[in-house]
Amino acid sequence: MKLECKHVWEHISEYIDGSVDAKLREDIERHLEHCEICSAILDSTRNILILTADDRTFELPVGYSERLHERLARELENPGQDSKKD
Amino acid sequence: MEMTRTTEAGLIARILAGEKELFHELIRPYERMVYLTLFSIVRNETEAEDGAQEAVISAYRHLASFRGDAKFSTWLTTIAINEGRKRLRKTKGAVEDSIEEKEESHEGDYTPAPLTDWREIPLEALERKELREALRVAVTELPGIYRQVFTLRDLEELNIEQTAQALGITAGVVKVRLHRARIMLQKHLVPYLKTTAPARRGFFGRAL
Repeated sequence: MKLECKHVWEHISEYIDGSVDAKLREDIERHLEHCEICSAILDSTRNILILTADDRTFELPVGYSERLHERLARELENPGQDSKKD
Repeated sequence: MEMTRTTEAGLIARILAGEKELFHELIRPYERMVYLTLFSIVRNETEAEDGAQEAVISAYRHLASFRGDAKFSTWLTTIAINEGRKRLRKTKGAVEDSIEEKEESHEGDYTPAPLTDWREIPLEALERKELREALRVAVTELPGIYRQVFTLRDLEELNIEQTAQALGITAGVVKVRLHRARIMLQKHLVPYLKTTAPARRGFFGRAL
């Protein structure tokens, strides 16, 4: 079956996650072979996800971990005494 | 990095049996996840950090109620989500909150933006700080229901089932929201990505 671009876009997220069935996967791949627009959309979406999962994109506040463990240490020391933060 | 379930179950049993110091070790692999979950809801660094601390303390206090049938990470994420929602209600008031939490409509355009020059963009472009910043802003500006699903699934890399369980929605709803979130981000970032390629000029030298 020949797929239209629009049909490929509707399944792009599931395609990336590998959760489309084998037949649809094959149709999408055949479409991607000759469709530059869809290939570029797929690549860009995939790259955005790679960038998202990269720890440098979403950084934690400096000192977050230290403050968390200090707070936790106080709780372990005096359970329930430290319900309000400093 | 994720501890194996056996190691984790062992740690939890020892903590409950009195070796409470081990809770530091139990929580360490999930610190980042707890913060990002809070941030996806409250969208403010200080609130997210305070909330993350509260969530971790709460997890410690309620550890005995953790049942091994869920993953510890999912259980912890649920606590973080509840803490975030509590804070959101406090700071935003009920009206705005109900808008934020409303169900997705079936309208709206969830069509990706075409781009033809992506392949010409050198891989180094992905390393650019500006692109990371643009992505951070785009994620933060997603509507809440999409932002939360996207954060759990693509940022914290929970699977569809765990995301559904943590948010209390069905796997089907997770898939729909995830798809829309990804397409919205693709659309947001495409104009930005295009500017990394050589600018194309129209007549009279104006950028197209």
